[in-house]
Amino acid sequence: MALILELTVQGAQMGLVLLLAPLLTGFVRKVKAKLQRRQGPSLIQPYRDLLRLMRKEVILADNASWLFRATPYLIFAATWVAAALIPTFATGLTFSWTADLIAIVALLGSARFFLALAGMDVGTSFGGIGSSREVMIASLAEPAMLLIVFSLALVAGATQLSTIASFMGSSAVGLRVSLGMSLIAIIMVAIAENARIPVDNPATHLELTMVHEAMVLEYSGRHLAMVELAAFLKLLLYVSLISCVFVPWGLVTATAGPASYGLAVVAYIGKLAVAGILLAVFETATAKMRVFRVPDFLGAALMLALLGTLLLFVSRSL
Amino acid sequence: MISDLAILLWGVAALLGVSVLSIAISRRDLATRLVYAATLGISAALFVIVTSRLITAPLQVSAIVLPLGLPWIGAHFRLDALSTFFLIVVNFGGAITSLYGLGYGRHESAPHRVLPFFAAFLAGMNLVVLAADAFAFLLSWEFMSLASWALVMAHHREQDNARAGYIYLVMASFGTLALLLAFGLMSGPVGNYTFDAMRSTGASPLVATAVLVLTLLGAGSKAGLVPLHVWLPLAHPAAPSHVSALMSGVMTKVAVYAFIRVMFDLLGEPTWWSSIIVLFLGGLTAVLGILHALMEKDLKRLLAYSTIENIGVIFVSLGLALAFKANGMGWAAALALTAALFHVLNHSIFKSLLFFGAGAVLTATGERNMEKLGGLIHRMPVTSFVFLVGSVAISALPPFNGFVSEWLAFQAVLQSPDLPQWGLKVMVPGIGGLLALSAALAAACFVKAFGITFLGRPRSAAAEQAREVDRYSLLAMFVLAALCLLAGVLPGLVIDGLSPVMLSLIGNRMPVQMAEPWLSIVPIAESRSSYNGLLVFLFIAISASLAALVIHRFASHAFRRGPAWGCGFPDVTPATQYTAVSFVQPIRRVFGTFAFRARERVEIPPPGATAPARLTVEVHDVIWETFYQPITGAIGFATEKLNHLQFLTIRRYLTLVFLYLISLLLVLVLWP
Repeated sequence: MALILELTVQGAQMGLVLLLAPLLTGFVRKVKAKLQRRQGPSLIQPYRDLLRLMRKEVILADNASWLFRATPYLIFAATWVAAALIPTFATGLTFSWTADLIAIVALLGSARFFLALAGMDVGTSFGGIGSSREVMIASLAEPAMLLIVFSLALVAGATQLSTIASFMGSSAVGLRVSLGMSLIAIIMVAIAENARIPVDNPATHLELTMVHEAMVLEYSGRHLAMVELAAFLKLLLYVSLISCVFVPWGLVTATAGPASYGLAVVAYIGKLAVAGILLAVFETATAKMRVFRVPDFLGAALMLALLGTLLLFVSRSL
Repeated sequence: MISDLAILLWGVAALLGVSVLSIAISRRDLATRLVYAATLGISAALFVIVTSRLITAPLQVSAIVLPLGLPWIGAHFRLDALSTFFLIVVNFGGAITSLYGLGYGRHESAPHRVLPFFAAFLAGMNLVVLAADAFAFLLSWEFMSLASWALVMAHHREQDNARAGYIYLVMASFGTLALLLAFGLMSGPVGNYTFDAMRSTGASPLVATAVLVLTLLGAGSKAGLVPLHVWLPLAHPAAPSHVSALMSGVMTKVAVYAFIRVMFDLLGEPTWWSSIIVLFLGGLTAVLGILHALMEKDLKRLLAYSTIENIGVIFVSLGLALAFKANGMGWAAALALTAALFHVLNHSIFKSLLFFGAGAVLTATGERNMEKLGGLIHRMPVTSFVFLVGSVAISALPPFNGFVSEWLAFQAVLQSPDLPQWGLKVMVPGIGGLLALSAALAAACFVKAFGITFLGRPRSAAAEQAREVDRYSLLAMFVLAALCLLAGVLPGLVIDGLSPVMLSLIGNRMPVQMAEPWLSIVPIAESRSSYNGLLVFLFIAISASLAALVIHRFASHAFRRGPAWGCGFPDVTPATQYTAVSFVQPIRRVFGTFAFRARERVEIPPPGATAPARLTVEVHDVIWETFYQPITGAIGFATEKLNHLQFLTIRRYLTLVFLYLISLLLVLVLWP
């Protein structure tokens, strides 16, 4: 009986992230539109887009291989699994020990690996430019992310996300310089990883500095729907990750019971909304940078993360 | 009852016999098949013996003294947990390479230059791991080096191969010299050359330092540690592809074995600062190796450089293990050493796989240059699939095996704030960062390797007409790909299998993993860190197929082929695709300007001129230019000057002899 309950909660979490992901992106778009004094598409437009794309016929390039057709499902699955392993409203779920934070970062790396390959599959120069830049960005963002993981792991004494979240929620944490550095660094990494302004512009298709959209240019129909859904999930994943580590309030344990779950879900949705507004404001206020400024941006994140880790190695209390 | 060790030695003798026999028959048609079948049989038998020994009696130590070699020493051989593990790597590599060779060897233009040395090379590697005195060890080491040198020179008329062989020979002799001196120092004033004696005497701090440096020079040059790696990217690709796999996947591991044997076993307790040197060299090797691999457009050289990176990763873990061992943190040392040995095993699997794949591409197209390949996924579906598996595995991505060993290494890094020394405290986070950087760059590198070679449109006629390779090669690659996945989803099995090595070298081990629920791996405690490759793999497989199923069933499964969209700009020629060089242009700009003094020069003709615009990329091998060119320059200068001595008159020669005599007498007089 307990097992069934646990599995239900785990399943609910998987369903929750899948359902909320398009909403978050729709919400960010809406807020951005409002900030630019536009009406903007409705909140549920991403769902409609996904459904429309799924019903459409796929047009494959003549020399697209099986890898091109399998990749959308693979990256969707990898991103979904990664997103479902991050505590959204409850810690210590049944399968939360399946992968720790390092493994979650690496899972996203797997998704990116395949997406970059898919960009090169058809053999157009647009796909190549996207993949080439994506791996450059990843080669800096991934070590930065791992160093942030190191910092968190050293503070909490674990790489297990549930443990980190419960530790951060306890009073044992206090204010630490290293955590502040990690927070800034992880936000920078999240911006780069999700192809947001100032690193990449999610709203364009025809710009020479585009990265993510260039890789998926050849996709259409249900394949594109999967790729888009994976991108929505990835944004949600980073927001959940940052909020469960740095704002762990409202999280409950896995055995809390339905009433607390409801409250925790409400708290989670509240956090998503705040993050969405902040992201929209930030994106509206910043200009996109030249692609070769991105290494400086990510290099700063890398150095911040390294400094944070170094401080922790020197003294556990910093 | 004949002991395991005796059977292993008989196996080595059989390999040597095959080697001699193959000289006689190598010009016959059947020779290739016979020799590879024989080496396959012998290696597989040896593999079964050592594997069953690791399972049944891992901690048992057996030794044999044979009346060979120097009469007053004899030849000592010994089989313990460490050598058992490395024999598994060697003989598995030997067996799978022989299987591949059954198919690949048929395309060999000069089998008489390959077959005898192939068997001898396998025998040599086995002997190095079995040897238990300095004389037998060095003799086998040199035998292994020379056999592999002969294999590098198999196609000696091809461009650059002679130079590769020459540099390899020089570096190999240098490495053996360093090891000779290291063993000489360890044998002490009495001069007892058996490992047992060295183990029991121990070394003074000064001697230990010298031995550390000499072992790093000797074993490190064979393994490919920066800055001693220069021969590796030249020599490994020059050999036939299955030998490249053996050299990269297995011989570098024998060098790692030598390092572990000396540092963890013979030298006694390590000092903490010795780990600093190892960590520094490891981190440098990892990042420089993979950056070089990124710049490469020759597929086999790319793989060779990536070997250097993986050696760096292994040495980082070994450095951590040394640091923990020196501070008496046995469980952490066991974790770090497990990470290192797991990576040894992993790298031997996926690097063999990738070299086999490169060999298959070479057979099918005659090309190693990625700029002439492309689109092979349509022409060689099976090869491209297994190469993809190898690429994902070597990029340290879950759920494959490369990720598990990287993950263990990261877990070991996270234990290091407990180390008391400040030098290590400040250094280890940086090394962890370098490890993460090299893993990310490796993923970029293999996106490039797979993407340019197998995806896109064919860049040459050869790539357009490629054909899938023979069944033996495919079988060998498939076995390796399956192992990449298997070791990735059942890492607990490997970790438990490795535990006797930790017990014998450190006296501590990681917790038993196979007892964990759901077969996860838990280095310390579940609340701290755990990873379950099996579940990750299952979750991905289930959710991907579920998504595909639901969409195909309820939404749409229609598809149509059409010309590529490309934003409405049809690319008429495959030359417009990204190439190996242009793909890494962003990374070259970020890292290359510092690491390779890379410069780009664009020449655009004035308006109206018909000359083509040109982009020139200049990349320097900084290590070669700063360390090796001065040395070769100095030697060249000295020989040039000394050359004059050959053309003197008889009077001058007599004067020289007279002066020499005088100076000798002076020395004798002044000598206290």
